[in-house]
Amino acid sequence: MTKLKTRYGSGVREASSYVGQNCLILDSSITHEILNILCQEEEFDYCVDLTAVHYPKREKPFDLVWILYSFPRNQRLRVKTMLGEQESFPSSVPIWSGTNWLEREVYDMFGIRFDGHPDLRRILLPEDWKGHPLRKDYGIIEQDQQWVQAHLGIESGQ
Amino acid sequence: MPDSTPFPSQLELSQPEKTFLDSNELILNMGPQHPATHGVLRVILKLDGEKVLGTECVIGYLHRGVEKIGENRTYAMFNPYVDRMDYVAAVSNGLGYCEAVEKLLQVEAPRRANYIRVILTELNRLASHMLWLGTHALDIGAMTPLFYTFRDREEILKIFEKYCGARLTTHAFRIGGCLYETYDGFERDVKKFIDFVPPKIDEYEELLTSNRIWVERTKNVGKISADDCKALGVTGPVLRASGVKWDIRKALPYAAYPEFAFEIPVGANGDTYDRYLVRMQEMRQSLAIIRQAVEGIPEGPIMAKVPKVMKPPAGEVYHSIEAPKGELGYFIVSDGSTQPYRVRVRPPSFVNLQALDLMVRGQLVADVIAVVGTLDIVLGEVDR
Repeated sequence: MTKLKTRYGSGVREASSYVGQNCLILDSSITHEILNILCQEEEFDYCVDLTAVHYPKREKPFDLVWILYSFPRNQRLRVKTMLGEQESFPSSVPIWSGTNWLEREVYDMFGIRFDGHPDLRRILLPEDWKGHPLRKDYGIIEQDQQWVQAHLGIESGQ
Repeated sequence: MPDSTPFPSQLELSQPEKTFLDSNELILNMGPQHPATHGVLRVILKLDGEKVLGTECVIGYLHRGVEKIGENRTYAMFNPYVDRMDYVAAVSNGLGYCEAVEKLLQVEAPRRANYIRVILTELNRLASHMLWLGTHALDIGAMTPLFYTFRDREEILKIFEKYCGARLTTHAFRIGGCLYETYDGFERDVKKFIDFVPPKIDEYEELLTSNRIWVERTKNVGKISADDCKALGVTGPVLRASGVKWDIRKALPYAAYPEFAFEIPVGANGDTYDRYLVRMQEMRQSLAIIRQAVEGIPEGPIMAKVPKVMKPPAGEVYHSIEAPKGELGYFIVSDGSTQPYRVRVRPPSFVNLQALDLMVRGQLVADVIAVVGTLDIVLGEVDR
């Protein structure tokens, strides 16, 4: 942790620990580089999960969260970065190939694009669905009315 | 009626259009309503004769927006919903969720509650593995194990029903411990069950382990290396069958697991046959854990002090458990209100299913069925 801090200075916003879980909050410009270092040099060889959280009132509304695990160290680490509304992020598929579907899911649910992803399409919802359901401004009973009417032949899915 | 299409000229006739016969490639659609896909999974297969050139999974048919629902319910109200993800191992889902919220609330379940949790979760692991074995064997062509495993799984479901009234989506645990005290005769029932099952597992093994057809259909089928597993994030029995001795119950223990002695079975080749052996041994290990737990179950309270209206302090937590399918994790963000700000479920089936393409490339089309079975996916969890 301290090694990274001396190397990247203010890019490492915060290194904290809450209920025994370590978390790194990074500047989005250096995050991809640090993820690479964590995988190659620090032996975090397993990307457990990648997800996002939406804070619509913030200037940079998205949190991207990676949960990493190291088999040799038996340690978990959470890496977080903030992203703006229209910002995209470099894909982590070259680092951990398992992030392929996870990135597709984040794109599907939040609309965050990943540059260099081999196949960035929706994964759980139909390709021509409008809207990203896990955003906070998407209501719980909201749906793509047009899609439902055209494809399911019913007035409403609700 | 006169044909409106003009008669083709001689030139066109001499140069026929390319048809599908000119190419050896064939696109075959498997599912979403295929009995061997264990739910509504659609796999688009690119074939050259019988050889698989590539696959593409189309998922989402069972998407219910569980994570969105979580943001709109209180912590306690969301608890029954998680049972509907991996519905053959509902108890494990509940355990993971309750422990994650307990971490946020910074409370710990009492020791007796942890023992009850371990007993029920391990029983559920057995039930899940039995269902896997029955359906997997049926897919490959052995029908008998299905009847045997379903018969024996019934005994587990009876214990669940007596304990909490439900058989599948049990909602057995509450945040902070367990709601129900064990019923009279619970320990007797569980002991009777763990004496009853080992000869039954021997019976399954007798039917399959050295059965020539079974061995031919599973050995060297759907191989995956340990490095590929780690890169893809594949966990659970699939990872262990590739030779990685890693189980969250040992690596990052939770509930009462540190108090029990058990082994982590591993395979060597990472093929379908090894995954079968690993799961069979895991069933025996689960029985060993249940035996220790039921013999050493302590007296005491079963519920920690948890406020009626749960308002965990703002913060975020990730907690994961070893579900029958692999690492099941919950990432919960609290903003200090009664409802979670964000609930993320890290589903083992979803991540494991990603390995399907790698495992079946270059294999025969019939092996796709074997590999989908051996991955042990539940579509309720893949799609959430």
